[in-house]
Amino acid sequence: MSSRLQILVVTIFLSSLGIAVALYKGLALGIPFTPNETTSIYRLGAKISFKAKDEPIKISLAIPSNQNGIKILSQETASQGYGYNIATTEQGQRAEWTKRESTGQQSIFYSVDVVMDKNHHVKIPDELPSDKTEENLDEWDSQTRDAAEALLAEVHSHSADDYSFTAELLKRVNEEKSSQLLSLFKTKDSYNLEKIVYKLLRYKGIHVRIVNAITLEGNRQNMNLKPYLEVYDGKNWQLFSLKKGKVIKPKKLFIWQRGGVSLLDSFGTENAKVKFSISQRLVPIKEMVLEDSLAKKSMIIDLSLFALPTSEQNAFRHILLIPIGALVVVFMRIIIGLRTSGTFMPILLALAFMETKLVTGLILFVSIVGMGLIIRSYLSHLNLLLVARISSVVIVVIGIMSIFSIVSYKLGINEALTITFFPMIILAWTIERMSILWEEEGAKEVYMQGGGSLLVAVLAYFAMSNELVGYLSFNFSELLLVVLSIIILIGRYSGYRLFELIRFNPVKEF
Amino acid sequence: MFGFQFISPRQLREKGILGMNRRNIHYIGCHNDRKNFPLVDNKLKTKQIAQQAGIAVPAMIATIKNQSEIKHFEEMIKGINGFVIKPAHGSAGKGILVIVGREGNNFIKPNGEKLTLKDIQKDISGILSGLYSLGGKYDVAMIESLVEFDPIFDNYSYEGVPDIRVVVYRGFPTMAMLRCSTKESDGKANLHQGAVGVGINLATGKPINAVQHNRAVSIHPDTGYDFSKLKIPHWEKLLPLAASCYDITQLGYLGVDIVLDKNLGPLILELNARPGLAIQIANREGSVPRFELIDKQAMNLSVEERVQFSVENFGQ
Repeated sequence: MSSRLQILVVTIFLSSLGIAVALYKGLALGIPFTPNETTSIYRLGAKISFKAKDEPIKISLAIPSNQNGIKILSQETASQGYGYNIATTEQGQRAEWTKRESTGQQSIFYSVDVVMDKNHHVKIPDELPSDKTEENLDEWDSQTRDAAEALLAEVHSHSADDYSFTAELLKRVNEEKSSQLLSLFKTKDSYNLEKIVYKLLRYKGIHVRIVNAITLEGNRQNMNLKPYLEVYDGKNWQLFSLKKGKVIKPKKLFIWQRGGVSLLDSFGTENAKVKFSISQRLVPIKEMVLEDSLAKKSMIIDLSLFALPTSEQNAFRHILLIPIGALVVVFMRIIIGLRTSGTFMPILLALAFMETKLVTGLILFVSIVGMGLIIRSYLSHLNLLLVARISSVVIVVIGIMSIFSIVSYKLGINEALTITFFPMIILAWTIERMSILWEEEGAKEVYMQGGGSLLVAVLAYFAMSNELVGYLSFNFSELLLVVLSIIILIGRYSGYRLFELIRFNPVKEF
Repeated sequence: MFGFQFISPRQLREKGILGMNRRNIHYIGCHNDRKNFPLVDNKLKTKQIAQQAGIAVPAMIATIKNQSEIKHFEEMIKGINGFVIKPAHGSAGKGILVIVGREGNNFIKPNGEKLTLKDIQKDISGILSGLYSLGGKYDVAMIESLVEFDPIFDNYSYEGVPDIRVVVYRGFPTMAMLRCSTKESDGKANLHQGAVGVGINLATGKPINAVQHNRAVSIHPDTGYDFSKLKIPHWEKLLPLAASCYDITQLGYLGVDIVLDKNLGPLILELNARPGLAIQIANREGSVPRFELIDKQAMNLSVEERVQFSVENFGQ
């Protein structure tokens, strides 16, 4: 294989591997491609309050489970001195609190943290109705019963199937006229609207169940779950709102309890009631996805930098920026043709600038190197051997840095304290190289190379301190394979450098 | 843009100008085997292999390899008035000490400055400790006999050493340039420091064009002499000398630096495995078409056949 073809194959392989892994992490695992993408986590709290009656207490609360597009991240309970466990029943999970004896007003807290996908909507699981109980209207007096029968007959004649029957019935009970009828029911019993409609539908043999839901929105306290109805027409389930009728693809609706007998059961208590609260907080999507993926042992995450301890992760945040700096250096040297003093000195300089901030860093760098050069020019009179000379320069640089720090601190310029972030050895070598350059090639070459190095360092600093670049290089570090293949490609660039177009300008006249 | 004049890459390609990247990838990278680099980077080795092959070089007086030999320096130069001390690993003329004569116990530099034996011994000690070598490795000091420069160049050089750079590609002389030091270049023959480069016709040894800082000049800026009147003597000996350096180094892209001695004729001063690009401007021609023509030639030709080919084809 010719080397040209090899390079093509290698770069295509590397960059497609990098992009594929990044896409998998982004699309399948849901790590966002840009920093600071946030999502809402909703904390849904249930506060059960009751009065204990000096006898064994047992509280049972229906609790929610994962549903389409909404994930339960965690659940917790605060119940001083109560035994707590979760029971799985036919109608879903229930949390149970028990205590041998207690007196007075008691409160139990239960909460879940949920998070909602962008493309979430309520999807009713494909299951057969389990509600087989027969309902009759026997408990009502004849007047109420007649009214109900009349209403059902009216609705029946205005509907075609179970869905339209339900919709029509809901419409009528919400109308003013039948509201009066409804008040008739209400005065007899403490029935809620959903229970009456449920009873009427079951009486007509329609499969229906009550769901209790909460809308994921805002921060609210002391509220009740909102009842909805789900009707089965023999094939599918359909959600109905008591006020608005049929609801198609409802959004932001979190089903707390589906079917089932009661939301809250209690024994050995008086006045037991449950009130709900919702609070919303914003969290970075990335953290959430990572926690989730790490918990699930997703291999690609588990074998990545995210599995490292935080301090090492932070070290890698810096290390992974070096390839970006290298890309800038490679580009500036090979494509533009800028000369720098020391191949990778600009990258280390850029890393230091990231700690000191740009302007402070530039001032500090120029002043250290400037002073270093003056002292180095004296050292060169002493005619020292190289190793001894460099070592002396290192010590001089450390001295300059210390004096700089002390003086600036006393003057109240705290920015200058970041001077310690400059790599001393690199500074010493820079001074050494510049001073040799000065002696051999003259001051012009020092300005050229020094200026070139600083320019590349500043450009690398801008590239490396870019928030998106920093975010991608750490969180999608496989994209560095793309950087690698770009560098390999530039490494085979045999065209003219930009500066050569100036240098060879006289060729125009040939 | 920014007050600079740009030439389009297409125009450069049409003129066959070799750029830095292409030189590094296609010429140095493909034709210069890394393992042969020490042959040219170490001047002592260059001299040894050149002498073995019978190639003319300035005569070697002695070498000093360690500090203890320095005290024998005086014996080494007994009876020799002019000599040159240089570090084997130096580059671009660094660390070279030229002594043109003696006066009692003192040694005289070309600018008239007098040095004592102690001064010279200190300089040699500096060379050995790696003061001038890349990366500061320990070095060897070479003592060579002084080249008596052909007076023909006296009018075309300010202070320094005029030399002729021949680029030899796969054994074929490809381009030649006379490098004249100026006041600005501080007596050095490096073009980017302000020396004048004079392109030389390979067939005749006559000048084509002179440039300083990439701009055409017709007279030497310090001496005022007209370059067009120049003709390089011994030209017929010079090209075979340059071409034969390929056979001893096996470097396909080679720069050969030659000086002219009044009595000995052309001598190889230095070899360079990374010759620069300015020679193209001095010759008013790109080197790529010449390289491509050479690529089509058989590789088993003798030195004479190769020189013959170059003279016929690159004689403009």
